Amino acid sequence: MKNHGLVKKVLAALMAVSMMAALTACGGSGSSGSADSAEAAPAAEASAEAAGGVIKIGGSGPLTGGAAVYGTAVKDAAELAVAEINAKGGQQFELRFEDDAHDAEKAVTAYGALKDWGMQISLCTVTSSPGAAAAPLYDEDNIFAITPSGSSLAVIYQDADNAANPYGNIFQMCFTDPNQGVASADYLAAHPDLGSKVAVIYKNDDNYSSGVFNKFKAESEVKGLEIVYDGTFDDSNASDFSVQLTKAQAAGADILFLPIYYEPASLILTQANQMGYAPTVFGIDGMDGILTLEGFDTSLAEGVYLLTPFSADATDDLTKNFVENYKAKKDGEIPNQFAADAYDCIYAIAQAVEAAGITADMSASEICDKLVGQFTSMTFNGLTGQNVTWSETGEVSKSPKAVVIQGGVYVGVED
Amino acid sequence: MKNKKQLFIFDPAYRGRTASFTLVIAAYVILQALRSSGNLSSLFASLLVPVTCYIVAAIGLNLNVSVSGELNLGQAGFMSVGAFTAVCVSGRLVAAVSAGIPRLIISILCGAVIAALFGFAIGVPVLKLQGDYLAIVTLAFGQIIKSLITNMYLGFDENGFQFSFVENKCSLAPGGKMLLNGPMGATGTQRIANFTAGTVLIIIALIIVYNLIYSKSGRAIMACRDNRIAAELTGIHIANTKMLSFVVSAGLAGAAGALYGLNYSTLVPNKFDFNTSILILVYVVLGGLGNMTGTIISTIVLVLLPELLRSLQDYRMLIYAIVLILIMLITNNEKVKTMTKSLRSRFAAGRGADKKEAA
Repeated sequence: MKNHGLVKKVLAALMAVSMMAALTACGGSGSSGSADSAEAAPAAEASAEAAGGVIKIGGSGPLTGGAAVYGTAVKDAAELAVAEINAKGGQQFELRFEDDAHDAEKAVTAYGALKDWGMQISLCTVTSSPGAAAAPLYDEDNIFAITPSGSSLAVIYQDADNAANPYGNIFQMCFTDPNQGVASADYLAAHPDLGSKVAVIYKNDDNYSSGVFNKFKAESEVKGLEIVYDGTFDDSNASDFSVQLTKAQAAGADILFLPIYYEPASLILTQANQMGYAPTVFGIDGMDGILTLEGFDTSLAEGVYLLTPFSADATDDLTKNFVENYKAKKDGEIPNQFAADAYDCIYAIAQAVEAAGITADMSASEICDKLVGQFTSMTFNGLTGQNVTWSETGEVSKSPKAVVIQGGVYVGVED
Repeated sequence: MKNKKQLFIFDPAYRGRTASFTLVIAAYVILQALRSSGNLSSLFASLLVPVTCYIVAAIGLNLNVSVSGELNLGQAGFMSVGAFTAVCVSGRLVAAVSAGIPRLIISILCGAVIAALFGFAIGVPVLKLQGDYLAIVTLAFGQIIKSLITNMYLGFDENGFQFSFVENKCSLAPGGKMLLNGPMGATGTQRIANFTAGTVLIIIALIIVYNLIYSKSGRAIMACRDNRIAAELTGIHIANTKMLSFVVSAGLAGAAGALYGLNYSTLVPNKFDFNTSILILVYVVLGGLGNMTGTIISTIVLVLLPELLRSLQDYRMLIYAIVLILIMLITNNEKVKTMTKSLRSRFAAGRGADKKEAA
């Protein structure tokens, strides 16, 4: 060992002192630091005083890394909703959205940052496993949370294996993974005209994808749906699907069920087309977005079925208005279902806050108790469904809509 | 003149050790004081345990990379083994050992032992070879472990354990628990890790590593690193000697992973990927090879930095990268090096004068 300890000791001491200073500085600045760092809508800041304080809504999601597209969609849509609600007057809100990089560890530190900021209501997390890590903290501190898209059962249940011990103060805006699997199997079983032999390609290192597949498989056995092939892929080989497609074709599958996100699905559609294999493709809400994918020939998506709570082509005023504003905010990008769920989350919170008479001076715990009472009893109409209700476990009840892509737009399928 | 009655911690030969232990204990005391007086922000409170985990893993890696001179690119793989072992052990023992501390100790021990066993299994063929084979094999090991755990399903209920691979075939009785659930990893883990346990683990890691370095075996390990042929001629068994440091390193990574796994209610296998291995290697390289105090400080700085930059919002990762590059440049700058060198010699001269006066 070389002997140059002293300088290092001095440096170490300096470093330790500076870090302690940083720690205490951050510790004491609970609310004062937020004014310059939070990306609040300017309108909110201006009118906050008049309305008697703002209610602070926090949330975290991946703004960097591979899943950043979902996090930014949620962040932008939530900011849009907050700005709209604030512009209407009444109770004002302020949103702060932290990056968790789709990592449980970062989600817990993001939760700490939000708590230091003084978060009163939360959008929980965008993705599932960070949500599962942050959930017990929301439970401990009794802060109300509603996740736009954390679909795993582990986000709302302490014991996800048995769907037991719900946290009670964490709600979901999206369907749970099992629900989607069951709904897909039920739909296919009820429509034998689409085909009878099912092949599945799913992403086995992804919670969402394998969660849906497992339930789909279980429900298929109950409903007598025949799965002739199931193939997997993961992050490292998500570009070539010729092996899986060849096997599916060889097994004689006439339905291809894809419980995956739209990027790999677009590759599967392209490669199936090149092979001259044309099964009926059936997707779930992750498939939404395929029509807006850059560089993808949308004619390949013709005849694709998907179960989705939201379609950007719907003609009702609410959807049209949202799509227009979102496009204006994001340079013409068409919102996906993550954005729609986040937008609904904010509006649902605003509706409940108004109904319960919650004001900004209440503590997070007080607000939580009131909101839980509201959410379990109210009915909400939003982008992703009409007459949406929540059970006491936090699960949402809304009906997934089956749509088929025809002429480059979603067309509703009547049962 | 050497003062033989000097207390050993002031002995220059022990300076590195004294600095490490002082830093760890002082940081612990200050942080606990801040926390109990309510001055520590939630953000930093949530970082305490992961920082201690990374420090332990980095200390282990530093032993292997600098003392033994073997590059290990799969430290996260050993953390993964330790973490999932500990989570499973803890999940299985929830009913039997309800108290947190004993369960934590048992789980960490199991995690460390299993990770060390994996290290041993890898070391047996690889450490007999000369060259960078350990780097290649540990790189592969990290990837293989990630894929294996992603495809493992382990559940238990009143009838005992159920295990399946690739496909989830476990059908548990009501009240059963999935300990490993494929890509979902482990969920619903009781969070029994805490900062005190992390600090104790760092101190244990330092004691193990320093005692190893300054022992006869430690000198043998360094001899193998510096001149393999000469070491072999003096009768040192190269493979066995290197094995000692590699297994200790893997065991420490396992213990670090175990503590990490028990700090979160959920743990996914994807967490311990190649990037995590490289990150730990960066902590070690930046802190200085062979310098445990440096490793501890660089780990703290590099874990805290992105969190301190949270207020910069979108520019956070950009600034983080720039700061990293700056640190690398500054610490390697010739002028800075000469400056620290002259500073050091001035200190040394001053001390020499003191000693003369005292004599």
